[in-house]
Amino acid sequence: MHNVRVVARLDVKAPNLIKGIQLEGLRVVGDPFEFAERYYLEGIDELIYMDIVASLYNRNSLTDLVKRTAANIFIPFTVGGGIRSLSDVSAVLNSGADKVAINTAAVEKPALISEISRRFGSQCMVLSIEAKQTSPTSWEAYTDNGRERTGLDVVEWAKRGESLGAGEILLTSVDREGTRKGFDIELTKRVSEAVNIPVIASGGMGKLDDFSEVVKHGKADAVAMADCLHYARHSLAAIREHAIRSGVPVRKI
Amino acid sequence: MSAPPKVTLVDYGIGNVFSVRRAFEVCGADVHLTADPVTIRNAERLILPGVGAFADGMRELESRGLVEPIREFVRFGRPFAGICLGMQMMFDESEEFGTHAGLGLIPGNVCRIPHRSLEGQPMKVPHVAWNELLLPKGKENWSLSPLHKILERESVYLVHSFAAYPKKSEHLLAEADYGGHRITAAVQSGSMVGFQFHPERSGPTGLKIIRGFLEM
Repeated sequence: MHNVRVVARLDVKAPNLIKGIQLEGLRVVGDPFEFAERYYLEGIDELIYMDIVASLYNRNSLTDLVKRTAANIFIPFTVGGGIRSLSDVSAVLNSGADKVAINTAAVEKPALISEISRRFGSQCMVLSIEAKQTSPTSWEAYTDNGRERTGLDVVEWAKRGESLGAGEILLTSVDREGTRKGFDIELTKRVSEAVNIPVIASGGMGKLDDFSEVVKHGKADAVAMADCLHYARHSLAAIREHAIRSGVPVRKI
Repeated sequence: MSAPPKVTLVDYGIGNVFSVRRAFEVCGADVHLTADPVTIRNAERLILPGVGAFADGMRELESRGLVEPIREFVRFGRPFAGICLGMQMMFDESEEFGTHAGLGLIPGNVCRIPHRSLEGQPMKVPHVAWNELLLPKGKENWSLSPLHKILERESVYLVHSFAAYPKKSEHLLAEADYGGHRITAAVQSGSMVGFQFHPERSGPTGLKIIRGFLEM
């Protein structure tokens, strides 16, 4: 059993850190770099920046954020949102990011996953899947922050992504995101057991038990949280302490 | 006032050199990124970074004529550090995507990391985790290495599907536990060190190790 990574997810509408509430409203939370730096100093394992607007206009602002992060924060970080091509990936990695998270572009052209992993290595290719439950045992993959259907079964899509060369899966429950009602355990478990690559669970962190639940029962390899940290509902120290007490190994600081 | 330590970073088109460069700079080094064989051969300190596949890495080094200059640099006995794929390429050969020859600087091979824990549980590959650095059996401490300020069980960030296995136990500097298996986390031979983990991505612990290397 290896240490579970505690990951901070920052939704960015450059230059702001924002938080979407069940995809209805967007709230500006502050300066993403300041939050990222604070989490780094408090011992976060990894960061994910999701560019939720992903327009050309915002691109420069996001690039500045990526460069500043790479220059000052010495932990791995992933950038996602609007990455559509090899040159987009190249630009993001050259700015100092370690990994890219891709959703829409991979759904539209699955071969892109192979192209990216062949060119840059599968370790930097994170397949981002937004999952909405359609039956007690099935979920459909969505794009565009949970707005566009794809018709793809999430578990099958995750397996396909792995076979095409994805190095990790970032699995977001559209149903649970922003609700603080806990992660979608069944979803996470089915995906994690279907693939041999690490799965990062995202969407639903509320109480401390949610963390240990999604690892023990959901088989998550890493746990991403957003507003739990941005609104300081739990400190990183409390999350780690809880994890260790519950028998979930996490990095000791 | 002494001049900042000069570090040459091999640029061979692979990996995120921005972060490596930046981490060394923050630790006080004057970093020069280059693909020039002569500069590399004559460097004061040489860093070989890299991520991805062994065969690709070796091919990129070969196509730029960097294999011999690196070997010559090492013969001079100046400080050398291989990071991640850079460390794996220090070895004789790797079994990744077929058998491929490495730089042959340290005897040993690069093999797939275990898929199952000692207890038979399936494990995810690549291994992506913060893992604790452990002293190998028979090694008392890290006092004569870049890890001399590191306490056992400090964690570093690892991302890999393959691991290097040195033939000589004295080359094994540090290990990490993965499902009960001990895998190589760092190696040392003479003035060369290799880190399977990313010191530039391992927070304050990683920066301590970089400073430790600069002190060599």
